[in-house]
Amino acid sequence: MAKETSRETTGRLQAGFLAQRMVDFVAHLRLNDFAVGPAETASALAVLGQVDACAPQDVRLGLKTLLAGRQEEWERFDDLFEAYWHRRGRTRQRQNAAGHGVTRKGRPKVWQNHLPSSEEGDAGRPEARTGDDAGVSDKDTARLAASRQEALAKTDLRHIVDPEELAEAERLAGRLARALRDRLSRRYRLASRGPRLDLRRTTRRNLAHGGDPIELVWRRRPERPMRIVVLLDVSGSMQQYSRFFLQFVKGLVCSWVEADAYLFHTRLIRVTDAMRDKDPLRAMTRLGLMTQGYGGGTRIGGSLRSFNDRYAKSALGSRSVVIVLSDGYDTGEPAELARELQRLRRKARRVVWLNPLLGWRDYAPVARGMAAALPHLDCFASAHTLEALAAVEDQFVRL
Amino acid sequence: MSKANHSTIEELQARLTGVGYIADEALVMALHLALRLGRPLLLEGEAGVGKTEVAKALARMLDARMIRLQCYEGLDANAAIYEWNYQRQLLAIKAHELDESADQTEERIFSERYLLRRPLLEAISQETPPVLLIDEIDRADEEFEAYLLEILSDFQVSVPELGTIRATSIPQVILTANGTRDLSDALRRRCLYAFVEFPEPKRELQILKARIPTVGDDLAAQVVRFIAGLRREDLEKKPGIAETLDWVAALVDLNVSALTDDPDALRSSLVCLLKTEADAKAVTPEVLARLADRAA
Repeated sequence: MAKETSRETTGRLQAGFLAQRMVDFVAHLRLNDFAVGPAETASALAVLGQVDACAPQDVRLGLKTLLAGRQEEWERFDDLFEAYWHRRGRTRQRQNAAGHGVTRKGRPKVWQNHLPSSEEGDAGRPEARTGDDAGVSDKDTARLAASRQEALAKTDLRHIVDPEELAEAERLAGRLARALRDRLSRRYRLASRGPRLDLRRTTRRNLAHGGDPIELVWRRRPERPMRIVVLLDVSGSMQQYSRFFLQFVKGLVCSWVEADAYLFHTRLIRVTDAMRDKDPLRAMTRLGLMTQGYGGGTRIGGSLRSFNDRYAKSALGSRSVVIVLSDGYDTGEPAELARELQRLRRKARRVVWLNPLLGWRDYAPVARGMAAALPHLDCFASAHTLEALAAVEDQFVRL
Repeated sequence: MSKANHSTIEELQARLTGVGYIADEALVMALHLALRLGRPLLLEGEAGVGKTEVAKALARMLDARMIRLQCYEGLDANAAIYEWNYQRQLLAIKAHELDESADQTEERIFSERYLLRRPLLEAISQETPPVLLIDEIDRADEEFEAYLLEILSDFQVSVPELGTIRATSIPQVILTANGTRDLSDALRRRCLYAFVEFPEPKRELQILKARIPTVGDDLAAQVVRFIAGLRREDLEKKPGIAETLDWVAALVDLNVSALTDDPDALRSSLVCLLKTEADAKAVTPEVLARLADRAA
């Protein structure tokens, strides 16, 4: 259909038509989460000038080279190209599935247990607000001391039922993460000042010159930011906690460049990019889609295994702290959990397990999974209150 | 641009083959556009798929110099762009301390004579455009990535003491990454992109024959099938093209003409392919026999 119309029109109109089609194509890619903008449309037309426009294969490859910017995009491009230029109807389906209709109607059901439902107000609000007060975060620690908040910080998270308090606690969790970030980044800045003269070596090297510093020896502390990797359990048994943890994780991920987040229940999903999405509603939708199938048991061992197999190589390094937020109720084999934790620990600097149940008075890590995990952890701490969550900072200081 | 003197994609592919690089269609297209549009090309893919080799081949093809910047954690502007030659500066200060005013000394020591050009500055001050390979950009810190972005878009460097140094030639830039860290969208958008995968068996066979002409046809075909099978195994570090070439050289050296000939020789030659202890353990004699049988 495109060809017929263009053949009838003049060259100039053709060019205009093609430009319009290209604008639409770029928009189509953007709807499918490609990071492309108007500048790419112009480049795309330039690309068409460099390939044989009559060879669809060349056009596809050329545009792919220009418009795909990462592996996932590279892999999805051919389908999206087909769908748009050959109209196989896949576009429409895809858009609906990606939730552009869904967004308006509300959050996917699977996520409602974890996030404030729409009756409690616009889900975007807490996020938007935290974004605005980024400048206030210096006072976070002080704010934590305010009486109401102090009380909240000490309350077991599962006892918070009042919607207002819920929202407040969630905001606190987010701020806590940012305060943690601030303190740690200050420390890092101080430590990495340089380059400096290494006076001792300089003097020694210059003995031959009568001690005059002709050859200078410089010393530079390598810049090694810490890297946080969070694995958050969102299975049924963690329901009462995971909404707070999620805010905490979001706070870490959004304000800390070197952070990486994953959710798991029966399988593991990387959510760093979704959490960093600036549009909170879209972020929620993306998270919702990612956790489809949630609600079953927990396969911690299996989830760790997929983390080790797929992500560990690039996500972990000698300056990585892995935080596992989970109650340790595993429906999988304890032996698998132990084995995978062992693998994890070989690659990371520290493995910290935060377990909300640990704060309960009579809790002993009896769950078989937890018992198997214990020997392979650098730290096992409670996280049933916001206060306990804040104490995680100590783990970083010891790095 | 004179360096893009190929008129069709087939011609480019032939020229690449001519310098010993056998590229697939997507990569040829990416190189074609990078040359024609003068844009940097970002190559991603697992270690060993031949990303760095692309830059070398391109330099050979264009008969251009290749300047390589190897990135690492903590790489900073001093190591990548320029540095002052402190020793010479200090010597100059001492030598002239009596007959020069402080201002004169300053002017003297912050001149091009005392400037050490690091790869990026070197690349933009060449008479003829070189190929600039920025290898493993994902190992460098994000700050450096942002800095690089500025250089790649303006092709000029500002040295506070000297002013702005403009490019005398615009290098053809190839960046490689293998997923140590996610790169910024800004950088990705500046570049054309190609994801390089392990070669199809057919292409790997071509590479093998081009690089090691002495290998017999039978052995080459078996090796390619064996490697394809091995890459499907659950390994920490899948063997790349360089490993395949090493291995074939070793097999030829051991007088192996078919993989099923001599299990012991085969076993001992695996050191060329398997680079971690876990991988060496994972390929048990049984697995090895299965792979060899299937390849034969």
